[in-house]
Amino acid sequence: MNGAKMREKVAFIILGFATLLVVLPIILTIFYIVRNGIGSVTWEFITQPPRNGMKEGGILPAIIGTIVLIIGTMFFSLPLGILSAVYLVEYAKDNTFTRLIKLSVVNLSGVPSIVYGLFGFTLFVGFLRFGTSILAGSLTLAIMSLPVIITATKEALESVPYSFREISLSLGATKWQTVRYCVLPYAVPGILTGTVLSLSRAAGETAPILFTVAAFYLPRLPHSVFDQVMALPYHLYVISIHVPNMPTELKFATGFVLIVLVFLMNLVSIILRAHFRKKKLW
Amino acid sequence: MQKKISEHIIEACIRLSGFLVIAFVFLIFLFLLKDSLSLFGVYSLGQFLFGTNWLPVSEPPKFGMVPLLLGSIYVTVGAIVICVPIGVASAMFIAEVAPTSIKHILKALIEILAAIPSVVLGFIGIVWLGPFLRTALNLKTGMCGLTGSVLLAFMAMPTIISLSEDALVSVPKTFKEAAFGLGATRWQALWRIILPSASSGIIAGVMLGIGRVIGETMVVLMVTGNAPVIPVSILQPLRTLTATIAGEMGEAVSGSEHYFALFAVGMILFIITFLINFAAEVFLRKARK
Repeated sequence: MNGAKMREKVAFIILGFATLLVVLPIILTIFYIVRNGIGSVTWEFITQPPRNGMKEGGILPAIIGTIVLIIGTMFFSLPLGILSAVYLVEYAKDNTFTRLIKLSVVNLSGVPSIVYGLFGFTLFVGFLRFGTSILAGSLTLAIMSLPVIITATKEALESVPYSFREISLSLGATKWQTVRYCVLPYAVPGILTGTVLSLSRAAGETAPILFTVAAFYLPRLPHSVFDQVMALPYHLYVISIHVPNMPTELKFATGFVLIVLVFLMNLVSIILRAHFRKKKLW
Repeated sequence: MQKKISEHIIEACIRLSGFLVIAFVFLIFLFLLKDSLSLFGVYSLGQFLFGTNWLPVSEPPKFGMVPLLLGSIYVTVGAIVICVPIGVASAMFIAEVAPTSIKHILKALIEILAAIPSVVLGFIGIVWLGPFLRTALNLKTGMCGLTGSVLLAFMAMPTIISLSEDALVSVPKTFKEAAFGLGATRWQALWRIILPSASSGIIAGVMLGIGRVIGETMVVLMVTGNAPVIPVSILQPLRTLTATIAGEMGEAVSGSEHYFALFAVGMILFIITFLINFAAEVFLRKARK
């Protein structure tokens, strides 16, 4: 074996080792949480409110709270995200306004989550007087999710062949009819994939909900959009930092439930993608 | 051809949505600016930017952000030192070395990493990584800058790996073929031809990774020890800009100096991440050409 071949072998082994350094901790982390958490995840744990200063009982209010926040976030971010992407792909001309929108999307995707929290707190909780509520938290998370939804929708719309639009327009359809019946239906898979992914991120976020919606301890379930709720990620933060003598199994179990929820959403997005890719007609 | 009224309405909504996206960025900027400026009515900008003490509840309170900024810089530099070489090397492995089947598994695992909520990683830091580093390095406490750096390095991995991999894969095949034609090994082609050609995209990935690390809150809040002092070493407890906001906002009385100071910290964060993302975008554009 000559020197160059030898060097190649060594280099590839180093690259493989680096990859192992990334991949192994991922597997170990998941394994660690699952092994320590799964034993305490009983039916009672996911269907009962916490008792005795959160040291006993379950985490039902936190699960419900996170689901409510996911729905609220979707309610605001989905229409807004899809419509802005439609504007960018189908309506926008190459002018300053369009460039400003694109720059804003890039900028929004880079804003730290805690800054979203501050912003949500002054605008929604304070200025608009929604108080610390589901409404304020959902709006904050919705704005944070916008860039991912817009980018995914944009890509989905762009991948619909241009001829679809030309044919529709040549048959006398209006611009909106073309978008509505000949472009959007074919972009649905891409849009869904991106949306579910961005919602799974929102479900796991803690910083934006710290001051806008999250309740430290609130065993009852919410009645209106102006109520506070507990949320899984915030609950995990609280019990790992602020509750002394918290049983470790319950922390692991909470982490386990949160990871399962987020992974399930990711799985749905992957299945959707695979399912629609098979049915792709062009 | 006469358009229906409903069509006019829907098109107005579409334009409005586009407009709202811009409006949100301006609103975020405006609301941060408004509350930050309220601080500088009562506290000097110079003392905020260059003050070396962050003592919000002392009498008189001091809001010097240098310790917090340094805390953020220490943790970020630590994370970058860990994740850039490992991340770029993994991207090279995934793009050029791994067989297709393994490639898919590796990419799926990295997507899984991207999906793990930061609070879960923070929790891992508390129960395992912190105590582990404390024993391994014989530290006073495991809740220090290094623990944060290691976890943040992992959080930035998916961004850096996927963007670097995209950049490596999008280098034209002819480059590689030309190198092979001249007798280069796969490694020589990868190291001397493909990697330099992909550099813009890789730099963009690294920039976005840095942006993500600076802005990350929960991990640093949970594992870096929350000590707002000027850090001497990464092995000490310290506190970042983000963790300060998250940790103190709950106690700050609305409308107080302390409250406005936290918004000023938020403003600084907003500006830093804006600049980093803007730079990343510039590199991405360059890479696409």
